[in-house]
Amino acid sequence: MLDGRKGKATQKAMELLVRYAEALGAERFVDTRNVAGVPGSANPFLQNYYTDKNAEAHVKAGPAFDAIFSHFDLDSDELVEVPSSSVPTYHLQGGADPTAWQTLGVKVEVFRNYQEREAFAAAHDVGILKTCTPYLAGNVPSRGEHLAWMESSAVIYANSVLGARTNTEGRESTSAAMLTGKIPDWGLHQTEHRYGTHRIDVDVDVCSVMDWGMLGYYVGDMVQERIPVVAGRYSDAEIVRLKHFGAAASSSGGVEMYHIVGVTPEADTLETAFGSRMPIETFRYGKDERRRVYDRLNANASDPAVDFVMLGCPHAAIEQLREAARLLGGKKVSENCALWIFTSRAVKTQAHDEGILEALANAGAVLLTDTCSAFAQALPPGTKVAALDSAKQVHYLPAILGIQAWFGSTSDCINAALTGRWTGEHP
Amino acid sequence: MTVSTKIILRGRRVCGGRAEGEALVTRQTIPGWGGVDPVQGVITETQHELRGVSFTDKVLVFRGAKGSSGWSAMYHTARLAGTAPKALVFNEMTTKVALGAVVMRVPSITDLDQNPLDVIETGDWVIVDGDRGIVEVVKRAR
Repeated sequence: MLDGRKGKATQKAMELLVRYAEALGAERFVDTRNVAGVPGSANPFLQNYYTDKNAEAHVKAGPAFDAIFSHFDLDSDELVEVPSSSVPTYHLQGGADPTAWQTLGVKVEVFRNYQEREAFAAAHDVGILKTCTPYLAGNVPSRGEHLAWMESSAVIYANSVLGARTNTEGRESTSAAMLTGKIPDWGLHQTEHRYGTHRIDVDVDVCSVMDWGMLGYYVGDMVQERIPVVAGRYSDAEIVRLKHFGAAASSSGGVEMYHIVGVTPEADTLETAFGSRMPIETFRYGKDERRRVYDRLNANASDPAVDFVMLGCPHAAIEQLREAARLLGGKKVSENCALWIFTSRAVKTQAHDEGILEALANAGAVLLTDTCSAFAQALPPGTKVAALDSAKQVHYLPAILGIQAWFGSTSDCINAALTGRWTGEHP
Repeated sequence: MTVSTKIILRGRRVCGGRAEGEALVTRQTIPGWGGVDPVQGVITETQHELRGVSFTDKVLVFRGAKGSSGWSAMYHTARLAGTAPKALVFNEMTTKVALGAVVMRVPSITDLDQNPLDVIETGDWVIVDGDRGIVEVVKRAR
């Protein structure tokens, strides 16, 4: 591929992967047939940047997929013609909801650009999942499968819950993998780098989605980018809880893989999880630690008048939409508050077929796809105080948009949506 | 009269090239997407010790990268916006920081023979020779 016999774009992709492998200190590549990234996508900054570059270079066409893909995705100084993906490739979250984009405050010209980018991706054989939860929308890798995935919450889920193998790849490396089917053989692709490094003893009951989110936020903060092995008092470790746990751990820290003894596939026992090594350090998560996490997650909020509730970070599973509809219980969202719930297009279709979409709409909730408030930087006009049930979203949203944000259970959030008041309390 | 001392650290090349500038040092990991404004070149994460601080044209000396997989794309955007750091010196290798360094196209070094966080302080003058894996530190007179 490096010699150009497979085309210029593939050559440039391989050149980037070689620079990347050298930076890592990786000696070889692994083959992958499962890539998840954001090939050729463009926010308004990139759109304008490459439009201006084209104008300087007297190129008449707008910032075509090829220009953005060449210069940004492949970090190539040369413009190359982009072929279709050579291995199965999927588009993660991005752009705006294809029907309710105006709700998100997206300008029509920006929305048209998103549509063009999506059409180009689809024309290059990229599956349009438009979600941060590909594993809830049809891309469920098998144990031991080598992937090149972006999206920290999806990476940690694939490694830890599914036993697939991927590092946290970036925009450029996933786009290069899309053309080459290669990714550096480093880190979590190798068995010896998948064992636990730190032990977390859970000494307080962890059951609800909120409990699991707080534990994840604590764990990420304590171990940063290392591999925690969680043991102790937990229950109900199913898809939604593990989704929230992992998303939190990969936000407060850089955790890409975890083990939960007796739950995740590479952790039948403590010994298996550590690969017969000793933990570098052991942390105890008890009532005091839980209280401190709760306080940290609520550190940016003081005003109980909630005007915005956002659920669906990472994108809501169908079970969560069902629960939201049940908690709304036929009542209406307060006129002083908006309730937005984000999910994937696949799950929205299911919600429609099950009548959940209608129930949510009747309550005044808005179900949106493709993105989220933090990613799209979109809030209802005038939002000052948000309520969220995701530690990840509360980590990001106040930093990105400068609003207050409460953290609590899904039930706390739905109550806030119905009353316009925050009444969540310490667990 | 103050005498400036020069310290030499040796490490492994991550990205080649040579650059020098004033050090910006943090023991915390550095966020990418959602914790940084690449167009302004500042860290925005609410609980970060460098919140509001600009990394533009600095030699960034730090523990490693954390958070979103959008790390490389953020610092790549910073390069396009002209707000990127001049060089990177860091301790913990991850795919985020490796790819970020590659697309930022700045001299970068890791695996140093002394902990750069113990040796280098914000404000020191630092020369990074990526090809040879050498970091020269000129201590700021204090």
